[in-house]
Amino acid sequence: MEENVKIKVENLTKKYGDLLVLDDLSFNIKKGEFVCVVGPTGCGKTTFLNLLSCLIEPTQGQILIDGVPADPKKHDIAFVFQEPSSFPWLNVKDNIEFGMKMKEWPKEKREKRADEILKLMGLEDFANAYPSQLSVSTEQRMVIGRAFAMNPDLLLMDEPYGQMDIKMRFYLEDEVIRLWKETGTTVIFITHNIEEAVYLAQKILILTNKPAKIKEELPIDLPHPRNVSDDEFIRLRKYVTDQIKWW
Amino acid sequence: MKKENALYKYRFLIASVLTVLLFIALWAFVVESGLVSTKYLPAPRQILSTFVQKLTDPKPEGSTLITNILSSIKVATVGFLIAVVLGITLGLFMGWYTPVEKFVKPVFEIIRPIPPVAWIPITIMLFGIGFKAKAFIIFFGGFIPCVINAYTGIQLTNRTLINVAKTYGASSWKIFWSVGLPSSVQMIFAGIRIALGVSWMTLVAAEMLAADSGLGYMILMGRQFARPDVIVLGMLIIGGIGALLSFILTRLEHKFEHWREKR
Repeated sequence: MEENVKIKVENLTKKYGDLLVLDDLSFNIKKGEFVCVVGPTGCGKTTFLNLLSCLIEPTQGQILIDGVPADPKKHDIAFVFQEPSSFPWLNVKDNIEFGMKMKEWPKEKREKRADEILKLMGLEDFANAYPSQLSVSTEQRMVIGRAFAMNPDLLLMDEPYGQMDIKMRFYLEDEVIRLWKETGTTVIFITHNIEEAVYLAQKILILTNKPAKIKEELPIDLPHPRNVSDDEFIRLRKYVTDQIKWW
Repeated sequence: MKKENALYKYRFLIASVLTVLLFIALWAFVVESGLVSTKYLPAPRQILSTFVQKLTDPKPEGSTLITNILSSIKVATVGFLIAVVLGITLGLFMGWYTPVEKFVKPVFEIIRPIPPVAWIPITIMLFGIGFKAKAFIIFFGGFIPCVINAYTGIQLTNRTLINVAKTYGASSWKIFWSVGLPSSVQMIFAGIRIALGVSWMTLVAAEMLAADSGLGYMILMGRQFARPDVIVLGMLIIGGIGALLSFILTRLEHKFEHWREKR
């Protein structure tokens, strides 16, 4: 059991001055697990992600990846941000190669991997297109492809489908599941959409109101692809909704 | 039908040419009809003949047109290029590294509002009245907009894109090259464009520093010899070369910024 742990978060605490945002979070994530984090609006979800990606420093506690403190220089961490994050001056292929370039992968390996991802996502025809020529959803797909491309130790996603309509969201959610299964990546996916969380996750971390603590770690044992009108699915969705209600 | 298509295809070019022709026609009309005396404003055909004559004749001020043009371009190019290279480098570092900004900005803010022309007296005392002095004045004209635009441009770099690079473990230097610099290209080009304009404009001022050739000098001498045709010819050539350089710059910018959607 223990050797399967990929991410170990211990007593993670973040204070901004006197304001306690995250209060003593501890949890484990197994290798290749898909975890969704839900919580009330403004409970510090983004702070939580920024800590995991090492963009900001915790006040206390630590994050271990494979037993070593997380460090973007050592570990491959990928982040899909809420807002558009493609590089407008790079074409789709170069965008996908960006992370590998930062990690100084050799050119051949980079190109091979980028081609694989392009093929996997059906973006071959867009390889030479620039982001300004793509639709918003295609751009976001490319960004997600970029994140999966380097087989990251940890993939963090911050409400990546916040701006999409329902149809596009279901389509992209299925695609993320497909990519995740193909690559075996460990994913932490933050969302305020409970249905999305129940649809995707193997485990849901429910956070409390600020200062955020972990209210519950809820395993979801349904097989993928899931049916949103399934009784068990609806029951879980209702349960999670009740858990994050603060009114 | 085919003719119409060609007309349609080049309609903007035709419009541009027409405007220029209209301008010259209006000018010719005003002068030839006697509304304005040719003593003060020469006619277009007179400019043309002065142009042809000045190609080989160093009179009245002492250099042929080609010598004047080359002399001006040489000064302007040296001043301008140094301004672009130093200005952009300083601006980028100021915008990227906070210590550099804190260190340099106060001094820069004091130097910034000083007009290039105001540098002339101290320049004469420092460098005398030669090539170096003229290039220095032009340098100052171009330097300021390059710094400001590179500085602003790199500061406007999208935070999210920087964070993307950061989560991939890139060093600050690497992020500078791969994210900061490319996203400020547009602002840098706008700065170079302003610098080009200012350099070319300060040229006349710089050539007031006792030059013996150059387009600015030619204009000044035109006034002294009461030759409005020489003055206007000089002005037109300064304008023409300025427009040509600006056109080249636009082409260059399109090459760098080809990913931007064409509007």
